[in-house]
Amino acid sequence: MRSSLVRLRRLGAAGGVAAVLAVAACSSGGGTSGGGNDSNSGTVTVAVVSNPLITGQMVPLTTSVFEKKYPNIKVKFATYTEGDLRAAIEKDVSTHSNAFNVIMIGPYEAPLFARNGWLDNLSTQFISKDASYDAGDLLPPIAKALSYKSSMYAVPFYGESSMMYYRKDLFAKAGLTMPQHPTWAQIASFAAKLNKPGKVTGICLRGLAGWGDNMAALDTVVNTFGGEWFNQKWQPQLTSPAFEKATSFYVNLVRKYGESGASNDSFNQLLTLYGQGKCAMWYDATVAATSIATTYPSVFKQTGYAFAPTDLTKSSGWLWTWSLGIPQGTSSQGAAWKFVSWATSKSYDQLVAHKYGWSAVPPGTRTSLYKNPDYLKAASAFAPITLASIDGTDPNHPTLHPVPYVGIQYVDIPQFESLGLAVAQQIAGAIAGTETVSQALKASQSAASQYTPQELSGS
Amino acid sequence: MTAASVRPSQPRPRQPRRREAYGRAGWGVVAWVVGIAFFLPVFWMVLTAFKPESAAETWPPRFVFTPTLAEFRLVFSGMGPYLTHSVIATVGSTILVLLLGVPAAYALSVHPVKRWRDGLFFFISTKMLPIVAAIGPLYVIAQHAHLLDSIWLLIILYTAMNLPLAVWMIRSFMLEVPGELLEAAQLDGAGRVREITEVILPIVSPGLISTALICVIFAWNELFLAINLTTTNAATMPMYLISSVPQEGLYIAHLSAAATVASVPVIIVGWIAQRSLVRGLAMGAIK
Amino acid sequence: MTVAETGAAPARQASIRPRTATQRERWLRRLPLLPALIYVVVVTQIPFVVTLWYSFENYFWDQPGGATFAGFRNYTTAFTNAAFRGSLVRSVVMTASSVIIAMVLGVIFAILLDRKFFGRGVVRTLIITPFLIMPAAAALVWAGPMLDPTFGLVNYLLQPFGVHHVAWLSSDALISVIAVMVWQWTPFMTLIVLAGLQSQPPDTLEAAKVDGAGALATFRELTLPHLRPYIELGILLGSIYLVNSFDAVRLMTNGGPGTSTTNLPFYLYQQVNYAFDVGGAAAAGVITVILTIIVATFALRLFARVFQFEEAGV
Repeated sequence: MRSSLVRLRRLGAAGGVAAVLAVAACSSGGGTSGGGNDSNSGTVTVAVVSNPLITGQMVPLTTSVFEKKYPNIKVKFATYTEGDLRAAIEKDVSTHSNAFNVIMIGPYEAPLFARNGWLDNLSTQFISKDASYDAGDLLPPIAKALSYKSSMYAVPFYGESSMMYYRKDLFAKAGLTMPQHPTWAQIASFAAKLNKPGKVTGICLRGLAGWGDNMAALDTVVNTFGGEWFNQKWQPQLTSPAFEKATSFYVNLVRKYGESGASNDSFNQLLTLYGQGKCAMWYDATVAATSIATTYPSVFKQTGYAFAPTDLTKSSGWLWTWSLGIPQGTSSQGAAWKFVSWATSKSYDQLVAHKYGWSAVPPGTRTSLYKNPDYLKAASAFAPITLASIDGTDPNHPTLHPVPYVGIQYVDIPQFESLGLAVAQQIAGAIAGTETVSQALKASQSAASQYTPQELSGS
Repeated sequence: MTAASVRPSQPRPRQPRRREAYGRAGWGVVAWVVGIAFFLPVFWMVLTAFKPESAAETWPPRFVFTPTLAEFRLVFSGMGPYLTHSVIATVGSTILVLLLGVPAAYALSVHPVKRWRDGLFFFISTKMLPIVAAIGPLYVIAQHAHLLDSIWLLIILYTAMNLPLAVWMIRSFMLEVPGELLEAAQLDGAGRVREITEVILPIVSPGLISTALICVIFAWNELFLAINLTTTNAATMPMYLISSVPQEGLYIAHLSAAATVASVPVIIVGWIAQRSLVRGLAMGAIK
Repeated sequence: MTVAETGAAPARQASIRPRTATQRERWLRRLPLLPALIYVVVVTQIPFVVTLWYSFENYFWDQPGGATFAGFRNYTTAFTNAAFRGSLVRSVVMTASSVIIAMVLGVIFAILLDRKFFGRGVVRTLIITPFLIMPAAAALVWAGPMLDPTFGLVNYLLQPFGVHHVAWLSSDALISVIAVMVWQWTPFMTLIVLAGLQSQPPDTLEAAKVDGAGALATFRELTLPHLRPYIELGILLGSIYLVNSFDAVRLMTNGGPGTSTTNLPFYLYQQVNYAFDVGGAAAAGVITVILTIIVATFALRLFARVFQFEEAGV
């Protein structure tokens, strides 16, 4: 009895191994395949960031529309969180593994990759030959941010700046009015008056450690208070009076009138808080308007919008766009461009509007969208201020004084990824109360001082 | 038992039985409380999977609400290839681990090689290099071997990942085999192979099953190697799960649904496996 | 070297087999070990050698040009880097606390599960479930629905005890991360100790009961010594795994606030994923291996009894 059990188990194991080997042999294999230069066939592997506009719209529409239009093109998506996406892409392009035919990058990566010769020059290779694409329709700051030496190396899928969201009903009840272009001082006084501990937070702000999380918001405050990351000689300015003043302001505002546990909050957590009615004000990405509209319709009705608060500068909103680029040397380049141009075209917006409604269309990329009466009607609450916020940005002159770098809420140098994270961690510590602002900035300054001006300027 | 054989040391018959029953009931209550407390976060996660994304986190947290299957529908429509890859990598690597590990454990316990201590130490030392430090070199090696984004790579790496654990665990179970049984088998004229199959394997089979279960769990849930060394052709369930965390959007309900679905196969395997962890299966039956 | 020198346990087998054809005997003993040994050597040592190679190279993934020779620079940078040293210390603290607490709980749970009671199988599954959930999912569920200051279940359940909207991941980040690691790994310890309990020969326990020994005495004198190798195995394996885990840190606190929860694997993760410093991470990894071998050699000498098997039973 026992030996037959054992025999059975051995047979089962052997059979299992054989089956697994067979299936594995059939499904193994990697890298891009086929296609060559025929632009109507091939496999296009796209590395994208996880985002409702992508997973909820781009992916299903690719299957239902794009792949039907081009039956010989197969599109595969590799979806990552933002941190994992950058690592996957950097590994892939720098080692020339060429697993990805299309990569989703932003204005931080585009110029750097272009300088390294890792991206196709989309302007000369594709756009100039594709009259229907209409690159002139792209919003100028967005197009410029994705360019290197006047050529575009990536085309935008959606774009955003930052603005202030506020609860019109709570403001009315407290007898306050939000100006269209508030100053940070005004915001602080509003927050103080509207803060009701345990019920409603005066203002909800990002605190999570990340150069694209808490530092995105803090950088805009630093810029408008007259601070900067590096002076013209590439010396770090993280302990300068302006930087310190801005950081103290931000940290104290969050600790006094901000949500508790802010050092762990970024867009996702704040969207939940605001949508559940726990925030009187919320400073964050313009694309949040789309999320509020679709997920929290009752709060959406009570939401008002104001430009990103300023202090010494005229505007302060940040600029970001998730855009698509084609790495050099990959196969199926023609098919890749077909996909890229389809996903960033005017007709794509029509597809989204048709299936999901006009207010769900990816915002912030094309002027024509903001002239479209259907879109303006559906998104009347936030479309004009979104467009004006983006148009008011200038990543080439982000600060009060001239600086040698480009970027509003980032510094477009390769070292910034790890430096930005290190500083972000210190700021999160200050927000959590485990260190003082001056301690955090001293540690940040020494982290930035580890690099020589030669390294930073890239010369 | 006759009246004459009542032992003098035994107190009145009825009392200890009732006290025993109360003791056992109390034991059971404590165990249930502990089990429920430990399980509570998982229960909360599964419950959240049935909530709409806009109400996934509320104050106060809601235990009663109208459930929706929307998130599960999304998960089932999106997870197909990931599930297949996970199954192949997990089953393949676990079978390979057992095939390699059982003889190795045998050689380190029952009829040990001369330097069995060094052997054991070597196996465990392979886990001392943090995998994060080696991921760059691993990527380069895989690239040159044309194994990037291949399910074979995952099977190979997961086997190497689990072998040390399997060898150590199976060895401890083999050391439990009573010497007399081995002696008896030897006197019977059994060779090495029969010794393994007829004496050792039946006794250590519960231990083998729990070892296999742990290997299955580690391979099924492994994220770091998968996300760094595969993209689409060998992407596994953990990658599907983490891909549902957006950089700007709500995700708690969808993540809960994906995690629930991803855990179900392992829970089934675990439930089948733990039924064998019952005392007396091997020991008592043999005697 | 005779078989008798290799330890107490195998010695009993030595008395069974007569020593003939020693050469053949030795190869017969080695043969079952070879497949696993060769496999592990090939699959783990090649990457280790390549890692060693890269530790002497300047190789950044965000720069074109590949790898260039850097000598010992990566090593000197690692040694002088306070962040690296800090992460080592934090790793030791986090790993030691998690392992010890998880093992204590594991023994308690295993004892609870060893007795028969109504629904024992169900409770066993309940206790094991945390180990089955993907660590990344568990970390995200704890960070959000469980520990969130505004919406979290933990705050809700602790309300009657006077706890109000505590921001666990801000004020008690390290404890929160350790708690999640313990929650996930206690089932692992429970499984190992339970296997040990189940393998305890029932006749010795019967004999003790007949002799009139109480439960506590039986546990102390019979069960605990029998469990010792299993406990030590659990601690050894648990430490190896916990020292490498960073999903909880990455997804709950991102190493913060400040760097208070940055352990070694998270520090390395930042080197690889943010600084793209393959050479630096490799050097830090090699240093870690050397340190771990030193610590492990000391620890294994202290716990030399892991290799010996003094069992109470047969």
